[in-house]
Amino acid sequence: MTITSSNRRRVRDAGPSGWLAAPALAFFLVFAVVPLAGVVFLSFTSWDGLREIRLEGLASWTTVLTDPVTGNALLVTAKIVFFSFIVQAPISLLLGVFTAGSQKYRAALAVLYFLPLLLSSAAVAIAFKALLDPNFGLGPGLQVPLLIQDWLGNSDLVLFVVVFVIAWQFVPFHTLIYQGGVRQIPTSLYEAAEIDGAGRVRQFLNITLPQLKYTIITSSTLMVVGSLAYFDLIFVLTGGGPGYSTRLLPLHMYLTGFKANDMGAASALGVILIVIGLGLALLLQRLGGKNRNDSQLEGA
Amino acid sequence: MTTRKLRSVAMAISAAALSVSLAACGSSGPAGSTSAGDGSASMWGLTGGNQPVLQKSVEAWNSAHSDQSIKLDFFANDAYKTKVRTAVGAGEGPTFIYGWGGGVLKSYVDAGQVEDLSAFIKENPEVKERYLPSVLKNGEIEGRTYALPNNNVQPVVLYYNREVFDKVGAQPPKTWDELMALVPKFKEAGVAPFSLGGQSKWPDLMWLEYLVERIGGPEVFANIAADKPNAWSDPAVTEALTKIQQLVDAGGFVNGFSSIAADSNADQALLYTGKAAMVLQGGWIYQGMKKDAGSFVTGGKLGFTTFPTVEGGKGDPANVVGNPSNFWSISAKATDEQKKAALNYVKDGMFTDADTDALIASGAVPVVNGIESKLEASPDKDFLTFVYGLAKKAPSFTLSWDQALSPAQGDAMLSNLDQIFLKKITPEQFVSTMNATIGK
Repeated sequence: MTITSSNRRRVRDAGPSGWLAAPALAFFLVFAVVPLAGVVFLSFTSWDGLREIRLEGLASWTTVLTDPVTGNALLVTAKIVFFSFIVQAPISLLLGVFTAGSQKYRAALAVLYFLPLLLSSAAVAIAFKALLDPNFGLGPGLQVPLLIQDWLGNSDLVLFVVVFVIAWQFVPFHTLIYQGGVRQIPTSLYEAAEIDGAGRVRQFLNITLPQLKYTIITSSTLMVVGSLAYFDLIFVLTGGGPGYSTRLLPLHMYLTGFKANDMGAASALGVILIVIGLGLALLLQRLGGKNRNDSQLEGA
Repeated sequence: MTTRKLRSVAMAISAAALSVSLAACGSSGPAGSTSAGDGSASMWGLTGGNQPVLQKSVEAWNSAHSDQSIKLDFFANDAYKTKVRTAVGAGEGPTFIYGWGGGVLKSYVDAGQVEDLSAFIKENPEVKERYLPSVLKNGEIEGRTYALPNNNVQPVVLYYNREVFDKVGAQPPKTWDELMALVPKFKEAGVAPFSLGGQSKWPDLMWLEYLVERIGGPEVFANIAADKPNAWSDPAVTEALTKIQQLVDAGGFVNGFSSIAADSNADQALLYTGKAAMVLQGGWIYQGMKKDAGSFVTGGKLGFTTFPTVEGGKGDPANVVGNPSNFWSISAKATDEQKKAALNYVKDGMFTDADTDALIASGAVPVVNGIESKLEASPDKDFLTFVYGLAKKAPSFTLSWDQALSPAQGDAMLSNLDQIFLKKITPEQFVSTMNATIGK
């Protein structure tokens, strides 16, 4: 049957009213578009936070793009995003699948796993800073030679310590996402597989993993975009140091803006951060394929 | 078609209206907060040694002047420095702006954010007369007074642990060579020669300040602060940086110094627990150690001395660096009522006998005249008279460089100095990077 143009109009008009989008649009405009425009504007100015804002053209951009610290911050950010992902993704996937079972001991373990979720980043950072202290921390306290390291003061080691602490804090969150994802998988699939004689590993690879595709994309997007914006934890734990070894882009932006009081350059860094974040998020969504936003529930 | 168009126009209008009303909500915040608190003046202080003294002073003022009350909040040092500037720039700063003088104060003055107090101290000569003149000078910019000293004189002192020194059989170093010779001695004994809060970066600066002072004299930094071209190229700076790196190479600083934050007082703890033999720190940490490690201080285990001389150096060995005092500036954006309360507090509520006594009892030397007899009577007499004498006899008292310079220069300096301590850059690279920041 062919649809005439008047029919099509009627079909479309029968949908929800466009008015329903107004509040969301307004919020988006006020809390995303307007500040973003402000940041882009500030990146073409010079402002120390106190005096008048002066238009300076591309001066801030030139400063930022020629500063080796910016390049280093990008590299540190890339490393943290990469290592956070390869550490967190497999652990939280396996833990999520494990805790999705119904046995009592799993529920008890799950509660323990999820405890770090309740703590604020600042508290986590302060606690780890105390534990890792080379003079008063866990290592010297227990007299375990392996633990007596300058964990946070060694430029080669500190990045991995940061990745570890981030993982400790955020693996529970992603485990929760995966747990939810696994519980959505219809049990009939596993029953059928069992009848066909598929073992546990086989079931995991052929049913669980493919069924979790969209959960993996969601979790990965949150992981990657989230690690791009890590700030509070690293700010308290290392302050970006020693030297510039954990000074990632958001921290570099903050220190440029609020320590060196160069709001123009800090805004330029902010724009770079937004562009990278959007790019990565789009890329990950692309990986999900065309129907990524469709519902996966049967019949929907 | 027309209805669709109308709808989208209406949607845009409603969105705009909503955004305007939300924006209005947002902007009513600051206005609301300044009018809140029944017009009382606000004050932001620092946590640490002087916190209880200031707290008591303001409480006493509030109970006697309920109509001119002051609302007091405390912040940690590093956090405060960031917060206050942002708040002042946004017009939401406190009535009393806590500061150090120098380039940071100048940036407030240039932006018209702080009150000119020249007329006030002229009308109230007793305010001016109560201060040590050399300290008062640090609140002046181009001959006008914008900030008044509010606590104690804080030169940087070389502290040492007498117990550890006795165990090793060492004497406090009088020259740089002696200092370097002590390093292997303490390392052999399993004690770190020097504690250092390197993560905070500003404790690193004390080394550079004193070394440049001893090698080249106060003129070297005076030229830098005056924005003279290539002022960092003075050979004294390069020599000082080289000496710092030699000390790092020799293992002079405690294991993990670059991850120790001074705000948590971990650097002092290393000294009084005997894990480190010495620490170069401000006069203010005496108060902290007295509180945290009373028996160490009262038991006479804490030693203190001046920074060693450097052979062939031009600087007078009596010169000191550090903070002459902290200061109150009064926000130009405060209401008349708040300003009046603030000025009255500065005149009558600050440095009352009770305040001065409390400062001395806490282990600090107030920046006021005629307290010699009080210092003599204090149980902390040794330290207090040492500090008072140090500050009084010093031919030159150089303000901490990060405060003396503009914030942009100060931040670049601390970051690059951190790189020097970590041996990521050479003294020559430091000099050329810093020369590029002159005038910023």
